Amino acid sequence: MIVETGHYALVLAFVLALFQAIVPLIGVRLADAQLMRSARSIALMQFAFVALAYAALTYAHVVSDFSLVNVYENSHSAKPLVYKISGVWGNHEGSMLLWVLVLSICGASVALFSRIMPETLRAAALAVQGWIGAAFLLFVLATSNPFARFADAPLEGRDLNPILQDPGLAIHPPLLYLGYVGFSVTFSFAAAALICGRLDAGWARIVRPWVLVAWMFLTLGIAMGSYWAYYTLGWGGFWFWDPVENASLMPWLAGTALLHCMSVMQKRDALKIWTIFLAILAFSLSLLGTFLVRSGVLTSVHAFANDPARGVFILAILVLFIGGALILFALRANTLVPGGVFAPVSREGALVLNNLILTCACATVFIGTLYPLALEALTGDKISVGAPYFNLTFVPLCLPLALAMPFGQQLAWKRGNLLGAAQRLTIAIGCGLVAVIALALIKGGPVLSIIAAGLAIFLIIGSFADIAARTLRGEGHVLSRALGLPRSAWATSIAHAGIGLTLFGLASTGWGVEEIARMRPGQAVTVGPYELTVTEIKPGRGPNFDETVAHTVIRAGGVIVAQINPAQRFYPVRQMSRAEAGIATLGFGQVYMSLAEVNRNGTIDARLYWKPFVILIWIGALVMAAGGLLSLSDRRIGFAYVTRRRGAAAPVLPQAAE
Amino acid sequence: MTRRARRLTLIGAALGVFGIAIGLVLFALRDNIVFFYSPAEVEARHVAPGVRLRIGGLVEQGSFKRDQNRSVSFVVTDGKGSLPVTYTGILPDLFREGQGVVAEGSLDQGGTFRADNVLAKHDERYMPRDVADALKKQGVWQGGSNAASTQGVTR
Repeated sequence: MIVETGHYALVLAFVLALFQAIVPLIGVRLADAQLMRSARSIALMQFAFVALAYAALTYAHVVSDFSLVNVYENSHSAKPLVYKISGVWGNHEGSMLLWVLVLSICGASVALFSRIMPETLRAAALAVQGWIGAAFLLFVLATSNPFARFADAPLEGRDLNPILQDPGLAIHPPLLYLGYVGFSVTFSFAAAALICGRLDAGWARIVRPWVLVAWMFLTLGIAMGSYWAYYTLGWGGFWFWDPVENASLMPWLAGTALLHCMSVMQKRDALKIWTIFLAILAFSLSLLGTFLVRSGVLTSVHAFANDPARGVFILAILVLFIGGALILFALRANTLVPGGVFAPVSREGALVLNNLILTCACATVFIGTLYPLALEALTGDKISVGAPYFNLTFVPLCLPLALAMPFGQQLAWKRGNLLGAAQRLTIAIGCGLVAVIALALIKGGPVLSIIAAGLAIFLIIGSFADIAARTLRGEGHVLSRALGLPRSAWATSIAHAGIGLTLFGLASTGWGVEEIARMRPGQAVTVGPYELTVTEIKPGRGPNFDETVAHTVIRAGGVIVAQINPAQRFYPVRQMSRAEAGIATLGFGQVYMSLAEVNRNGTIDARLYWKPFVILIWIGALVMAAGGLLSLSDRRIGFAYVTRRRGAAAPVLPQAAE
Repeated sequence: MTRRARRLTLIGAALGVFGIAIGLVLFALRDNIVFFYSPAEVEARHVAPGVRLRIGGLVEQGSFKRDQNRSVSFVVTDGKGSLPVTYTGILPDLFREGQGVVAEGSLDQGGTFRADNVLAKHDERYMPRDVADALKKQGVWQGGSNAASTQGVTR
């Protein structure tokens, strides 16, 4: 009964989404305030019904109701509770339902939080949100119904793929979806601005917090996914340039570009058309990602052609929204009045360069991801485009960006002074160069790693040059001056330093050590600066798996510094085994040990790694997100601005543009 | 600087970055893509020794041999052709005789495939169609299982 209620709620949500898609638009057209205002309550109702449906599915998973196809295929009664809950989104149907849930959360947030925006803009934005919601709800109901039942209920389920039974799964998809789908809000506002025909700095002020939120979640989601892959897949890699990963990287690149160009629009009223285009692009790439991951096209172009229902549906959504938005863009973009002018060497100019590089980098990822698919569809040839391609295209584009970032921060709006900027960055440049020389002389190693590490140090120090300069000058105590700086200044510095940290972590992979060893208990194996000794190999048993654990101690100079317990787990239901890596964090580096084989004679074959500074890769992402959060809390640009001026006399956009 | 000159600088910069990106992409696509063949295709196309490629198929029953120093050899078959493969290193967990496998490497002079990377994939993308169908018949390959059923090892 609960399950049927959930199914029915989903159908109701679809009907509400249709209503939300049409009625407010009529309101905008007729300048009817009441029709426009209906958008808010419908958006909230739609969220309530989708949440109800989602709760019903979660309930079915928790009580192991195997009469549901979805539960039977992806759950097992012995599965731990946390994986029963997170297992809801560990499969196609449930994950699409989560997608729709996040979408409705976005819609409800727009209805609740953006109080000062003009009613026309909100009504139009919520209507576009309604269109997206209706399309995806129909997709779920028509092709991926999670509430489908069996006529005869099986007694036991087939369990969740063991690789997905991990705390990482509990966090990664929701974060990623909040990011992916969060860009739908930006998209809706861009479309709404085109529909209403007005676009100015006020629009950017309203929309920028949404971009920030989506960008933060996407940053965290990608980082989380990469760490998850790193510790579950058991061979120490954290980024594989897999199409699924690229699918999340592309919206991130476009979103990062959007974030920067919005600040130009907000401060200087320039780059309007480009901002709108990027807003459309960021969500289009999110949709593309959804298509790549959910249509089965990655599994095989042929599989896609054989069972096209889902793929074609998402493709239709993709074409409808991207095409529709671009047509709207083409029709209305020329009505937007161009804003402020600026010299090529200026903050605006630097941000344009940032945008150019980010979009081009995004394009290289796009080509690398879709070229194999296109080639297979056209010629039948199967190729793989892997790390070498991306190392040759993406990396050379992004390293200059790292170099340019601190300079951009130093340039003034309208007209900047490159020489002055370089002077203010003397210390940072010096530190970077010293690092490069010191690393080259003392440590050696790959040239790219040395250069990237030097760049990272320059970037981290250079990010704070502006803050340092402003703190050391002027009246009062240094600390109070530092705290008195606008939060947005701190936010930029912190986020940029986060990129620097990640870059340093990436560069340090060049100094990693990798061993494959046959280990006997008591025998020490040296990995980098550490000695690993297996003390005991013994069997164990978990809730739904059997395992062999190799208890291992790590010594540095004879002293025990850590203990790890890598294991080989076997899941009987799916007849699958997987290695559970043993990881010890020592400083910023990690010792990583993964069991490959447990031999009959009491030895084990293991992959052993020493990865210096590796966790900086993810700490950097956390720092970036922290920068985003700080920017969000800045009264002048964050949510506070939006809510504080509730009831302000002059709305940013005029009512009823038509 | 006039408005026109500013605009030209902007367009110039855009074309510059765009041109560099295009150049890099074309250069990278020329040398850094790896073709995927089944054993029968390797024979039919007379792939030259030393060219990097990926091969995929089933590990032939009874062909798996362990030599010293963790090197292994096995035969990959797609039902129509077969290809001997050698590999040094640790095999992924999902590696079994009679199951799907993808190996990356190149042919040596004697026509043996020297793999430096072995992936056990239950994934149609990396499998000749006949093999995928055979696997489906045996009930080994789980249709629609996602990228998570991928396991790989790099030497």
